[in-house]
Amino acid sequence: MSRRLRMWVLAVGGLGVAALLAAAALRLPGFGGDDHPYGERAVEASLARRTSNTIASVNFDQRAFDTLGEETILFAAVLGTVVLLRQTRDERQVRPAPERVAAPVRRYALVMLPVALLTGLYVIAHGQLSPGGGFQGGVVVATALHLLYIGADYRALERIRPVGLYEVGDAAGEAAYLILGVAGLVGGSAFLANTLLPYGTFNTLASGGTVPLLNAAVGMEVACAVVVLLARFLDQAVEIERSTGSGNDRGE
Amino acid sequence: MADVLTVLALLLVAVAATAAVAVRDPARQALVLAVLGLALAVLFTVLQAPDVALSQLAVGSALTPLLILLSVRKVRRRGQREDGGR
Repeated sequence: MSRRLRMWVLAVGGLGVAALLAAAALRLPGFGGDDHPYGERAVEASLARRTSNTIASVNFDQRAFDTLGEETILFAAVLGTVVLLRQTRDERQVRPAPERVAAPVRRYALVMLPVALLTGLYVIAHGQLSPGGGFQGGVVVATALHLLYIGADYRALERIRPVGLYEVGDAAGEAAYLILGVAGLVGGSAFLANTLLPYGTFNTLASGGTVPLLNAAVGMEVACAVVVLLARFLDQAVEIERSTGSGNDRGE
Repeated sequence: MADVLTVLALLLVAVAATAAVAVRDPARQALVLAVLGLALAVLFTVLQAPDVALSQLAVGSALTPLLILLSVRKVRRRGQREDGGR
């Protein structure tokens, strides 16, 4: 395809998108109005199942199948990263040398680590009650662990982070979501239907039927997936290097 | 009052996003991206979407900059070694 033709294709596509966007924007309801037909129905459905965080009700009850898709995207993306960033035959692993860490950085990281970890676990556990949930809390938990890399060094992080275990956790979280979906099919009415468990008391940890369980499954999957993802990136950045066999292999 | 906050948050996002494009060094870009994530989280909170704000904070301000910094380190390390080998 010549450059000229490509520019024409780009122009036609761009103009088409611009026209559609403009047409859609003109018919949008006004900013911040009083009429929210979807929101009102979602809140009503969420209150009927005694889930106090409507967003959690949308994610894990009304649109639970969408969330399965999103969870699977993350699972597949991390799987792809693991395959792409594996140690190839012409690469070798070097032990990273311990690094000096400035005392204030070390203190800050070691104080923040438990606080961040607890915050992440809280956000996962209260996903059905207050803003947050498995995805947000999972990312916080996973990144919190990496404060150890900032405060100490990579070897200290590796000691508390057996990657194999987190890979199993990643798969177990994904499987738990599917199994809960099938349980809805077998014991109740439909795949991922929230008809299996009693809905409990409004605004308590165990309320909302299967919502807290699905939320916890996503939390486990996301936390483990992000740890595995970062482990592959860290391995590449710190440990793995190309072994060309020259005399200058020690590099750093 | 709420409108003023919305406009301020939008301006903050516009400034941070422009800075993220204008800064050319990838390592610094990662840090500006973290600030942009924070600005977006503020915007989402002002627009009463705390769930989205939390996601934005965790992914945009912590995870993405970390992945970029690690990639930069890998690329620089390889460059250093190849220069040293010659």
